[in-house]
Amino acid sequence: MYLYPLWIRLWHALNAVLIIILIITGISMQYTDKDSLVFIIDFAAAVKWHNVTAIILVISYIFFVIMNIVSGNARYYRINRENLFSEPGEQIRYYVSGMFRGEKQPFPVSMERKFNPLQKLTYVLIMYAALPLVIISGFGLMFPEITIAKLFGVSGFILTDILHITMGFLMTVFLVIHIYTCTLGAKPFSLFRGMITGYHEPDEE
Amino acid sequence: MKLLFAAVLFTALFSFGAEARALSGRADSDPVDTLAFVSPFMEDNESCFKCHGQGKYEYENELLGTTVKALMCPDQIIRREDFYISNHRSFSCTDCHSADYDVFPHPGELRMELKFNCLDCHGGDETYSIFSFEMIEEDYMRSVHFKLEDEGFSCWKCHDPHTYRINMRDSRNLKETILYDNNICLYCHSDYTRFQLLSDREEVNFLKTHDWLPNQASHFRSVRCIECHTQINDSILVSHLVLPKDRAVKLCNECHSKNSLLMTTLYKFQSREKRRDGFLNGIIMNESYVIGANRNAFLGTVSQAIFGLVILAIVIHVIFRIKTRIKLKKG
Repeated sequence: MYLYPLWIRLWHALNAVLIIILIITGISMQYTDKDSLVFIIDFAAAVKWHNVTAIILVISYIFFVIMNIVSGNARYYRINRENLFSEPGEQIRYYVSGMFRGEKQPFPVSMERKFNPLQKLTYVLIMYAALPLVIISGFGLMFPEITIAKLFGVSGFILTDILHITMGFLMTVFLVIHIYTCTLGAKPFSLFRGMITGYHEPDEE
Repeated sequence: MKLLFAAVLFTALFSFGAEARALSGRADSDPVDTLAFVSPFMEDNESCFKCHGQGKYEYENELLGTTVKALMCPDQIIRREDFYISNHRSFSCTDCHSADYDVFPHPGELRMELKFNCLDCHGGDETYSIFSFEMIEEDYMRSVHFKLEDEGFSCWKCHDPHTYRINMRDSRNLKETILYDNNICLYCHSDYTRFQLLSDREEVNFLKTHDWLPNQASHFRSVRCIECHTQINDSILVSHLVLPKDRAVKLCNECHSKNSLLMTTLYKFQSREKRRDGFLNGIIMNESYVIGANRNAFLGTVSQAIFGLVILAIVIHVIFRIKTRIKLKKG
């Protein structure tokens, strides 16, 4: 079934590359050290790449939000408020035990349901909470002159940075889990193939 | 969704709610209590300040019987408000200058009056041993500034004895301390007329020579010129060994790292005085934030633990998947 249109696949590929560059350069800046080679990329290069990549990410994010609304793709993200936690909980239970007992997917993929409830919840949190926070705090760090000097006696710059790295860390954790859960398709590479070809391979019966 | 919006709004407010003082690089601090101090020589000094204390002075031309108003040479102006908060505020003008200055017009030979150097008074004196003036002189004599002594360079070029005040040791606001210290350098290095008195070099636009520095304005507000342009000396609080420009610090990692150079320069005094507070190089954070140098130890441990648990969970999940697959194959 053709589930992933070209614009989503292109955006997804670009977004993946940008996020990976941002994570590597971000870690390089955070753990930079002159006495050992803990840092992955030289600090000056890491700052430059991080800034340039971040600006492209912002443009890419705006494109995603607009296209999501225009194309109607946003409907796949609509969360059922009544079952806000119970449905994702059911999906987690399937991943933790159900799938090892031969149970069927509780929320199989269809043209009407591209994401299971757990995917919906995490994608919404990442795309509409974590990413905007990372972007806003990132602007505060890129332009320190617009960051508040002190908040409750603590440097606003520190608070902005802690928010930025905390969200960045959560997105890194999400990325690891996201890549792993993408091996849980019909076959380990089915879902990866789907994001290249656009066709979702149905789960094994 | 309302909660989400409120969180974003809150972040936006604290990220963009710029304050004027952040932009100006100046912040509030308690001024030196000048009201409490009354110089025992105030009356005597006033005979000098009445002409040298402001831009305009007056004198009687006895031959013509008129009052003449004239402008004071800017380099000869010493403002009372600056002098009486300076380190030498308790001095009488004639402690250092000839008593012959009482005569007006001043005798011409006084132009040749020898000026005291810092060490003339402070050298070998136990009272000032904590400042290590002798070591400062050793540093200075190896610095690029010392090479200009024949051209007229001296301690006074940076530390005007009429207005200089101890800065870092009394610092209550690091941003102001940085501004004060950097202005000492910029007094000559951003004023080519003054610069020409000591050097034949062409005019240097220091903004252009520092254009490689990201967030230039933020760096200028947050660190002193001497952080990068002097050689570290652990024995004295402020290094006076100004290096040639090609030996200045240019590697970001020198400051942006766990073993930040700033801990032995800008934050040396405070880091000695105050203990760390859970943050790596926490003292830096009292006034600013240096990416790479400040890391929260707690957040670091928590994030590593979370990441480790996620990887562990994935590994366990993979093992169970393999076991299930083997079991299914066996039938």
